[in-house]
Amino acid sequence: MSGLPGALDIAREIRDGKMSAREAAQQALARVASLDPKLNAFTLVTSERALAEATAVDARRARGEQLSPLAGVPYAVKNLYDIAGVTTLAGSKIEASKPPAARDATAVASLAKAGAVLVGALNMDEYAYGFVTENAHYGATHNPHDPSRICGGSSGGSAAVVASGMVPLALGSDTNGSIRVPAALCGIFGLKPTYGRLSRAGAYPFSANLDHVGPFARSVADLAACYDALQGPDTRDPVCRQGPVEPAAPELARGVKDLGVAVAGGYFAPEHAGLQEILARAAEALNTSRQVEIPAAGHARAAAFLITAAEGGALHLPDLKTRAAEFDPAVRDRLIAGALIPAAWVIAAQRFRAWYRDQVLALFRDTDIILAPCAPGPAPRIGQESMELGGATVNIRASLGIYTQPLSFIGLPVVAAPIAQAGKLPLGIQIIAAPWRESLALRAAYALEQEGIATAPIPTL
Amino acid sequence: MKRDFDADSFATQAAAALGLPISAEHRPGVVHNLERIASIARLVTEFPLPENTEIAPVFRP
Repeated sequence: MSGLPGALDIAREIRDGKMSAREAAQQALARVASLDPKLNAFTLVTSERALAEATAVDARRARGEQLSPLAGVPYAVKNLYDIAGVTTLAGSKIEASKPPAARDATAVASLAKAGAVLVGALNMDEYAYGFVTENAHYGATHNPHDPSRICGGSSGGSAAVVASGMVPLALGSDTNGSIRVPAALCGIFGLKPTYGRLSRAGAYPFSANLDHVGPFARSVADLAACYDALQGPDTRDPVCRQGPVEPAAPELARGVKDLGVAVAGGYFAPEHAGLQEILARAAEALNTSRQVEIPAAGHARAAAFLITAAEGGALHLPDLKTRAAEFDPAVRDRLIAGALIPAAWVIAAQRFRAWYRDQVLALFRDTDIILAPCAPGPAPRIGQESMELGGATVNIRASLGIYTQPLSFIGLPVVAAPIAQAGKLPLGIQIIAAPWRESLALRAAYALEQEGIATAPIPTL
Repeated sequence: MKRDFDADSFATQAAAALGLPISAEHRPGVVHNLERIASIARLVTEFPLPENTEIAPVFRP
């Protein structure tokens, strides 16, 4: 394990003149050149843009301008984000024939405005439909903690580049767990904010009813700084919050003494012994022994599954009609089947969603934070098709999101936090808050990090 | 769980309604996924909900 400076550390060194932004960009590009051949996380390295953005930051500093907290920080994005001048792949071959994006996705533009330095675009499951990042066109992305294992998905490249230390920040997207699952399997922090909190404009959609974007980082302070830079209203995303920005970074150190914390029982009580242990440690550190039951969570997962399949199928119907053979086989048949789902099933899923949301929101009347497992176990091996869960053999692609799906289904904000366990593959927990209370989940994650319970050490590759 | 749902025949009819050709090579995977979706859908369609449960036209969590 080795230490590398985090995002805020790099920005501070640049502000203090100990390092130029250009040097920081060159160091990140050198790490990418040395590590990515082992991990296959990047589908494009944007060296020219990175050096130009870094040079602009150095010029601003030279002019005496005040630099933002992320100025000069290298980052990379899942390749479903529009990057001006680059064709957005969304993990597919089909999109590769489309014209380049005319402008940056809003999230990329926000980070550019904050002075962050874009280093490249990252591998993912095709059209974000998966939890494994074993992409038929662009290959599998390897887990930095054990390259024979998957990094999770669909934002697998985003988790791998942060976990391996190539860059301190990355952006992903999460429809059913696609930020939280790879964060857990790669042992880093991820934030899936409240549905509608961050603009998704210019991020290739999957199931618009459930799509979120969010950041990955190796520390809670870095995660919060990136989240804060991404906030703001955006007329290009019809569900994006129009209200004022609510910065989380200033809240982190407020502690957790006044927060009511509970652990999710029932459906969320993990079978995996390691997960039981890390949840118990997190609960103890947050001074709780209370349990809550999230009702009908298995039904919620089923309803999320239906909405996702139907919306994904409908979105891709034109290409499914004319060029089905060009899809990733692991995705194609699910999309076709999704396109055929009877309307009554999807409407039932949406009606259930309204009922379920009310049930879960009632839990937050006397609880601020709910803890739950993130992925159902450590990273499976690349190529592994099935795993044991609940006494049954289940398909990995379909099952890695069992604990994440019922939460994104109703848009709750969740921090995925890696819990330290010496010498073992990473495992993570979900720190769940009520809608718009990201700062509470981040405070709890920060408290766990301060106690040394949540950590994201960089493995030696 | 699974009752009288013939996924193969359903796929043929529903795909025709959408004008979506399904190649012989892709058909087994599609049928398998439809069977799975149908079994998952029952969890939702058989869940008792109050009649006045409405879909929010704009979803605000």
